[in-house]
Amino acid sequence: MNALEIKDLSKSFRSNFLYKKTTILKNVNINVKKGTIYGFLGLNGAGKTTTIKCILGLIKPDHGTIRLFGEEAEKVSSRASIGFLSESPYYYDYLNAKETLALSGKLSSLSNKKINERSAKIISLVGLEGKENLLLKKYSKGMLQRIGLGQALINDPDFIILDEPFSGLDPIGRKELRDIILSLKAEGKTVFFSSHILQDMELIVDDIGILRNGKITKEGKLKDMVKKSIKNPVSYSLEDLFLKEITK
Amino acid sequence: MKIKAIALNTFKEAVRNKIFYLLIFFGIFFSFSSKLISILTIGDTLKILKDIGLASINFFSVIIAVFTGINLVYKEIEKKTVYFILSKPVERRDFILGKFLGLALTILVALTIMISFFSIFILLFSGTFDPYILLYFIFLFTELLIVISISILFSSFSTPILSSIFTIILYLIGHVIWTFNEFKYKFINPIEKIFAYSIYYLFPNLEKFNIKGAIVMNDPINIKIIFSTLAYGIFYVSAILLISIHIFKHREF
Ligand SMILES: Nc1ncnc2c1ncn2[C@@H]1O[C@H](COP(=O)(O)OP(=O)(O)OP(=O)(O)O)[C@@H](O)[C@H]1O
Ligand SMILES: [Mg+2]
Repeated sequence: MNALEIKDLSKSFRSNFLYKKTTILKNVNINVKKGTIYGFLGLNGAGKTTTIKCILGLIKPDHGTIRLFGEEAEKVSSRASIGFLSESPYYYDYLNAKETLALSGKLSSLSNKKINERSAKIISLVGLEGKENLLLKKYSKGMLQRIGLGQALINDPDFIILDEPFSGLDPIGRKELRDIILSLKAEGKTVFFSSHILQDMELIVDDIGILRNGKITKEGKLKDMVKKSIKNPVSYSLEDLFLKEITK
Repeated sequence: MKIKAIALNTFKEAVRNKIFYLLIFFGIFFSFSSKLISILTIGDTLKILKDIGLASINFFSVIIAVFTGINLVYKEIEKKTVYFILSKPVERRDFILGKFLGLALTILVALTIMISFFSIFILLFSGTFDPYILLYFIFLFTELLIVISISILFSSFSTPILSSIFTIILYLIGHVIWTFNEFKYKFINPIEKIFAYSIYYLFPNLEKFNIKGAIVMNDPINIKIIFSTLAYGIFYVSAILLISIHIFKHREF
């Protein structure tokens, strides 16, 4: 069983009552194996966030099926084992970091004891020690990104979805995030993330999927792809692969 | 537990906003200022105190209900904090119920503060505690629950400005709809009749909850009417919440 299985996912939007629908996703198929790190690529507006919203049940697919560890994603219970970091920080700015983690934990049915235990760990994991009592309205963009990651991990999820997790982080923050993602993998968790920062992605992913014109045009092991298309073995990178795929 | 967490978070948001205290302060301030007005008018001072005092508490609590109601639901959608909630294992139904209970708690606290100050004020003035003020409190609170549920309904699909306008219009209609009762019998044509009756039962009959007249005049209030009015309030709120939940379930974010 895969951690995530998306079959024939289609989604169109009607931006206005009078306009006709534009199709964003056309029969998207994605398979994410358990215990791997999956990089989700695509240009701006390709439909990455839309795909993620379908996984989370925030929007309804026109058709297709999405399964998380075999369970249909429509079911609210499928979200119990998910951690999600959105592309922009959508948190309550009148709460501090501790309260944000506590709320996140309660919504995942954690006990107060468990919440206290986990939140101390997480505050230090995401590097917010000393800032845990500051209201989020006083946080910088990078700090919000960190608390966002923290609230996604509070329930010790098996499947972690990160939408543009590297944006807004400084070089040290990016290194720390890569290490966190790798340590999640080491714990047997599955990580699915989108990013435009291919250098970071390249260093950690096992598999990638490229979304273009509403379809997955390439999916598989990064190693194989980079090897297969080797022409100039020295400089061939994920970035070269991506640019070639996107402009084909 | 999840409903409770959402409710307490909503309450927190309301009480961490300074405007909340300002409105409560105004409610108390104007209810006290009834003393001033009573000096300038001829008549039974206690009656005037109760009349004007309760009216100002009523006014400010309605404002708190309409604006926190709309603001705190719409903001979740506008600022997309709803992603934070709904990406967790939380039923959309529980989100609406949590919001409703959080707003109800907010109103309950605001109303308790205002009514307590006012009761002490009346106690100091007349030397007796008027138990009907407690009944007034319960009725007003029930009425405000209807107002909150309506504001949740509108903000589940509309913009805050439109929602405020709709809610206020519905509130005003709610206070005059009882007059419809007087002439709905005049319709003979069955279609007109159905139309008239549905309008009468569709809108909230908020005037049911207005017992200020009885309090000011010291009229007795029938216990049957008390219970039927409260039952009506609970029924109306439940119906509106069910519709809101239905709309919210089918919404995309
Ligand atoms: N609610 C919506 N209504 C109408 N169109 C939408 C809606 N949400 C997304 N779209 C459209 O769907 C397309 C894909 O958007 P999406 O946010 O999924 O892109 P993305 O791949 O995440 O891009 P980025 O890299 O910029 O984050 C865009 O053209 C966008 O305009
Ligand atoms: Mg996106």
